Amino acid sequence: MDRFLEILSPALVFAALGILMGILLAVAGRVFSIKKDERIEKVAECLPGANCGGCGYAGCAALAEAIVKGEAKTSACSVGGPEAAGKIAEIMGLEAEETVPMLAHVTCAGKCGISKKKFIYSGAADCAAAERLGRGDKVCPDGCIGLGTCVAHCPFEALSIRDGIAYVDETKCRGCGVCVTFCPKNVIKLVPKTSPVRMRCVSTDGGKAVRSYCEAGCIGCKICEKACEVGAVKVVNNVAVIDHSKCVGCGKCAEKCPRGILEVVTEL
Amino acid sequence: MSNVFLIMFTAILTENFIFAKFYGICPFLGVSDKPSTALGMGMAVTFVMTMSSAATYAVYHYLLAPFGLEYLKTVAFILVIASLVQFIEMFLQKYVPALYSSLGIYLPLITTNCAVLGAALVNIQNGNSFGDSVLFGFASALGFTMAIVVFAGVRARMQFSEPPKAFKGFPILLIAAGLAAMAFSGFSGMKFN
Repeated sequence: MDRFLEILSPALVFAALGILMGILLAVAGRVFSIKKDERIEKVAECLPGANCGGCGYAGCAALAEAIVKGEAKTSACSVGGPEAAGKIAEIMGLEAEETVPMLAHVTCAGKCGISKKKFIYSGAADCAAAERLGRGDKVCPDGCIGLGTCVAHCPFEALSIRDGIAYVDETKCRGCGVCVTFCPKNVIKLVPKTSPVRMRCVSTDGGKAVRSYCEAGCIGCKICEKACEVGAVKVVNNVAVIDHSKCVGCGKCAEKCPRGILEVVTEL
Repeated sequence: MSNVFLIMFTAILTENFIFAKFYGICPFLGVSDKPSTALGMGMAVTFVMTMSSAATYAVYHYLLAPFGLEYLKTVAFILVIASLVQFIEMFLQKYVPALYSSLGIYLPLITTNCAVLGAALVNIQNGNSFGDSVLFGFASALGFTMAIVVFAGVRARMQFSEPPKAFKGFPILLIAAGLAAMAFSGFSGMKFN
């Protein structure tokens, strides 16, 4: 009998303790329950749920909360695009805002053999690390380093490295802009998905210098600027910049470009 | 009064939880990459450890001891501390949202952290009274906070250092922690009467 009690009493005591704690937590769960705004959940459902952080918030749930509080726009999610923005606006009872779907675009055409290198880099496979070591292995101070920091951070697996520079798979890219924030060279830019002509160089070096190290670098000759009939191309700091809101996609600038780095997008 | 001073001094310096007893090494290494997060973690530990010292004292002396179940204290303490942390989390979320948003993410991490459990067990081992138990829990947690914040500062410096390849990352971290612990062993000779 004593043996029996010796086993039974701890079992009973622990069962009592467990039940007590269980009741305490169950009651606490009821008493301390918080009413959350139902709209937060609904908005979160409309968001893609990839938690890419492209909007600047910690994740989709955080953005949903910010939208409901009125801190963020209904169109803050570039990944969800106009479709998500429309649904969210409906939930929030607001007019849908016009959004332009964006796309990451690599503003460099300095592939292997086209852009000269100044040393052989064999350090960590990270662009930011290479950038600190003499601004990367390319002679060009602005070109894509091609070690794939953007590839590692892309939440949609849309990026890859081809021939030594980053390549965007436009069917997968959702325009969240995460790669833009991680590129130490600022060589990736967001452009409107429907933009017909895109620039492939950001080098601000003078024409002579660019010629010396890259076959696909902008030399700032202004031929494109003169060729453009609507004034969409401007050469600023020795590099052509396209104003996508003005560009009509005639492609005349690309035809005239002696370096062939103004790219006409054929499949839209 | 001298008793209070003695407990505080012992718990914070001579028997620092991290540097002398090696309790709570996992949050110490895991959450010490930034001084701000280290401070948040330290505050959460302070909060939980003080509360749990009180709760485990009650459980031990009024529930386990009368039934002669002292040998089951570890299991009982884990149960009680885990429930207590859950309870505190819910309470804070409802009534002190500001504190919840600053401590919230750390609370689940320390549910049955070894430092928290260790404080409860050491209290029993030393036969502390209720007041002493709570004070000891609080002071030990302060020692933990101090250690983790100090180490976060060390780590901030270490980010820009270039250790040999074999020591990069975690190994150099452990060496630095070991050096800090050795420095703290200087306190261990101090005796109070």
